[in-house]
Amino acid sequence: MRRLIFLVPLLVVVLLAVLFWRGLDPARNPASLNSALIGKSVPAFALAGLTPGAPGLTAADLKGQVTVLNFFASWCAPCRAEHPLLMELARDPNLRVVGITYKDEPAKSAAFLAELGDPFAAIGADETGRVGIDFGLTGVPETYVIDRDGIIRYRLAQPLDSARLEQEIRPLLADLAS
Amino acid sequence: MIVEIGHFALVLALVLAVAQATLPLIGAQRGIRPWMALAKPAAIGQFCFLALSFAALVHAFVVSDFSVAVVYMHSHSATPLIYKIAAAWGQHEGSLLLWVVILAFFGALVAIFGDNLPPRLKARTLSVQAMIGVAFILFTLFTSNPFARLSPAPFEGEELNPLLQDPGLAFHPPMLYIGYVGFSMAFSFAVAALIEGKVDAAWARWVRPWTLLSWTCLTGGIALGARWAYYELGWGGWWFWDPVENASFMPWLMGTALLHSAIVVEKRDALKAWTLLLSILTFGFSLLGTFLVRSGVITSVHAFAQDPARGVFILGILVLALGGALALFAWRAPTLKAGGMFAPVSRESALMLNNLLIGTLTFTVLLGTLLPLLFDVMDSGDVSVGPPYYKWTFIPISLPLIALAAIGPLLGWKRGNIRQAMRSLWGAGALAAAGFVIALWIDWGREMLAGFGIALGLWLLIGTLVEWAERVRLFRAPPLESWRRIRHLPRAAYGMSLAHAGLAIAIIGITASSAWKMEEIRQMRPGESMTIGSFSYRLESVSGVRGPNYIAEQAHFAVSKDGVPYTDLYPERRQYMVQPMPTTEAAIESHIFGDLYAVIGEGDGKGAWTVRIYEEPLVPWIWTGSILMVLGGIVSISDRRYRVGAPNRQPAALPAKA
Amino acid sequence: MKRKTLRLYLLVISLALLGIATALVLNAFNRELVFFFSPSDIAAERPAAGRMIRLGGLVEVDSLSKLEDGATVSFRVTDLSSSLDVAFRGVLPDLFREGQGVVVQGAFNESGRFVATEVLAKHDENYLPPEVAKALKASGRWQEGAATMGTDGSEP
Repeated sequence: MRRLIFLVPLLVVVLLAVLFWRGLDPARNPASLNSALIGKSVPAFALAGLTPGAPGLTAADLKGQVTVLNFFASWCAPCRAEHPLLMELARDPNLRVVGITYKDEPAKSAAFLAELGDPFAAIGADETGRVGIDFGLTGVPETYVIDRDGIIRYRLAQPLDSARLEQEIRPLLADLAS
Repeated sequence: MIVEIGHFALVLALVLAVAQATLPLIGAQRGIRPWMALAKPAAIGQFCFLALSFAALVHAFVVSDFSVAVVYMHSHSATPLIYKIAAAWGQHEGSLLLWVVILAFFGALVAIFGDNLPPRLKARTLSVQAMIGVAFILFTLFTSNPFARLSPAPFEGEELNPLLQDPGLAFHPPMLYIGYVGFSMAFSFAVAALIEGKVDAAWARWVRPWTLLSWTCLTGGIALGARWAYYELGWGGWWFWDPVENASFMPWLMGTALLHSAIVVEKRDALKAWTLLLSILTFGFSLLGTFLVRSGVITSVHAFAQDPARGVFILGILVLALGGALALFAWRAPTLKAGGMFAPVSRESALMLNNLLIGTLTFTVLLGTLLPLLFDVMDSGDVSVGPPYYKWTFIPISLPLIALAAIGPLLGWKRGNIRQAMRSLWGAGALAAAGFVIALWIDWGREMLAGFGIALGLWLLIGTLVEWAERVRLFRAPPLESWRRIRHLPRAAYGMSLAHAGLAIAIIGITASSAWKMEEIRQMRPGESMTIGSFSYRLESVSGVRGPNYIAEQAHFAVSKDGVPYTDLYPERRQYMVQPMPTTEAAIESHIFGDLYAVIGEGDGKGAWTVRIYEEPLVPWIWTGSILMVLGGIVSISDRRYRVGAPNRQPAALPAKA
Repeated sequence: MKRKTLRLYLLVISLALLGIATALVLNAFNRELVFFFSPSDIAAERPAAGRMIRLGGLVEVDSLSKLEDGATVSFRVTDLSSSLDVAFRGVLPDLFREGQGVVVQGAFNESGRFVATEVLAKHDENYLPPEVAKALKASGRWQEGAATMGTDGSEP
């Protein structure tokens, strides 16, 4: 009986650990909050390009080919950190990488890409952030994988890292391309 | 290159930590002396490598090496030098490295000054300390490497968050971490003692100075943080019961309990299992705090960048460390030899009750902090817990604790005399009653709690003075005798008096500032004035000023009291150049009974500005009280009983000086 | 005194304290717990007057106005399907913008107006509070062209 009392602290810690474990569950993490979008079509949008003559980006452009969509901004430090991975992805001939600049001045976005390289086949400028809201963006960068039919298959609400790229995104892309 | 050396040093430290975590432990179990002796050089070496690693990171910040990712993200070449250095721990990765450095620092201190420890206890303690080190170095290397490079290297950095560019906040994290992490020492000692199966007065004498040191730094760190929030956030408040604040407050509470219960082990050889449990839990709360702040499991205004992978890793550490230690506790603690007995009215009982009350307080804070998470996990909606919750739970439970703090020290060990103690305290009681009446009169019809707060603060303050007077037999014995006693009273006793008096003064300040704060918000044009309390504020002008890395609008208020000029206040609204983020710099003028506090908001573009003026009664008392508590801690540490190795070192030290 | 008696005392005191603490905590939760509402939640079920709640959504564009006294502001919070008027006396946080996410804390007064006591802002201007993001999602899809957000509203 007396010994049991000494077990109480351990039990409390185990209970707390279970609570925290569930709290860390990616399903309720804000980063994957809008997993509701997965399996749905891309929300409709039509954005202008970075320069007046540039083609821009519309929801219709996302159909027909497997696409990686990346939201970024020149003021965003993690975007800079993940940029090399996007450059690497863009080398893959089986897919297309497109970007949307989020709440950024087009001139600054262009300078950002001039400095680091431009992996994007097409870019839309979301200066007001309304498309961002449509996608349920919680911040930049965010990355989406969209299949040939324009259905969202994957969402990453944080910077890309090579582990995720290799373990989650590449296999998915290979799967969608086949 | 230096960055790579830093990274490499971190890896070497890991190797040493692994050796230190295993070999001495096995050595102590099997009685292999050379293996046990390895702990000392390993601990010192581990610290040296980690210090080198951290120095490399600081160097990268000082020279603005933007090829290092964290430097790029948190520094800028135009940032003043002090904030370049502070930026080294102003972000997750660097602060974690600092965490590990401090952990190893404590280990090295024990290794160096612990020659008079029983060799087995020392070997085991250092091994346990190194286990924590291994876990956190791995965490740093795998999830939060501060030495990661960017390629190509950007030309310019993103700058430290302007809110963090503040002298007080520059030193807040290191102090906080020394506090947080220092409790690992008590943890390691407790686990070693559990393995050993032996706890005695000598053990307690060893644990107490480390706990005191941590507690002192944590007190200072929390006070600095509160002060920063007070003048930098511009809301006139200094404590918001934010999860991040609670994360540092809970270990502080438990550490306070531990300090008190360790006295009982030391003096009376009682409460041993309890003290072991507290040692484990105190550090457990430090880990919990680290987890809450860095995992993103709870949203807070000033949490670090959040990453669930990190959360899982820290949760793993938390479960292994706490679960392991508590399992060991459940297994070994019941077999500890029972300690000394005491009567229900005695110093021991008072300290026990202190511990139970503090434990209950911690419990309420923990519930308040975790409830939003619990609701979220159960899908019962989003809730938040604000200051009113703490007002109805924390404050009522802390009232008897404060009352007890004045009585406890007057009770004798083993068997105390409550009537005699109360007789000594009649003056304190009378003053407290007077304070209660005055407070209620000031605050008629509002808060009863304010009356209790003021009364108990006075009760504790006078009670502490009375206790000191009793000890030195002031006015009872001939003056010379009292003087002799004053000089020979142990420093630990002075430490206690200072800390208790500081707490009393802080409580009076906290009560007054929460109950009687006045606030006025208005649109003002230059030339207009407003009156709040007994002061009149005239907005003279608003002009542009330029700092090293910001531009600001600076207002000039001429403050007068009864028509006589009193002071000038210059609040600013800063716009930092790199991060387009406005920050508020409150202007504060302190006097004994409070602060004048002015903030300038946004202008409407037509010559008027939104202005906030606060009258903050007795806020300086909070800082004074905190300083006294820190002083109390320092004086206590310097008590010769704890001076590490004092008895056998003193003779040797003399010739060394010459 | 016997060791057993001492232990009994301790146990009784601890349990009593735990009981008192639990009672206080439950009482405080009952009175002071602040639930999060979106404008749609409020349209469905309005909380009692005086009950402190948190309200989250986007600040509707062109809804911000200053009342005569110069220090009280009024704005509308929307989750794109319903919206609600909020009055706030004080200085808005540095990062408060029309079109941006916001969380306010306050209560309905007797006359049915929502009066905020606190407007919370994150320390980062491009951050959408998770509760707000969740509420926006729950309100159904945001319709392109819904007249809630102007083009000038969300300049960073």
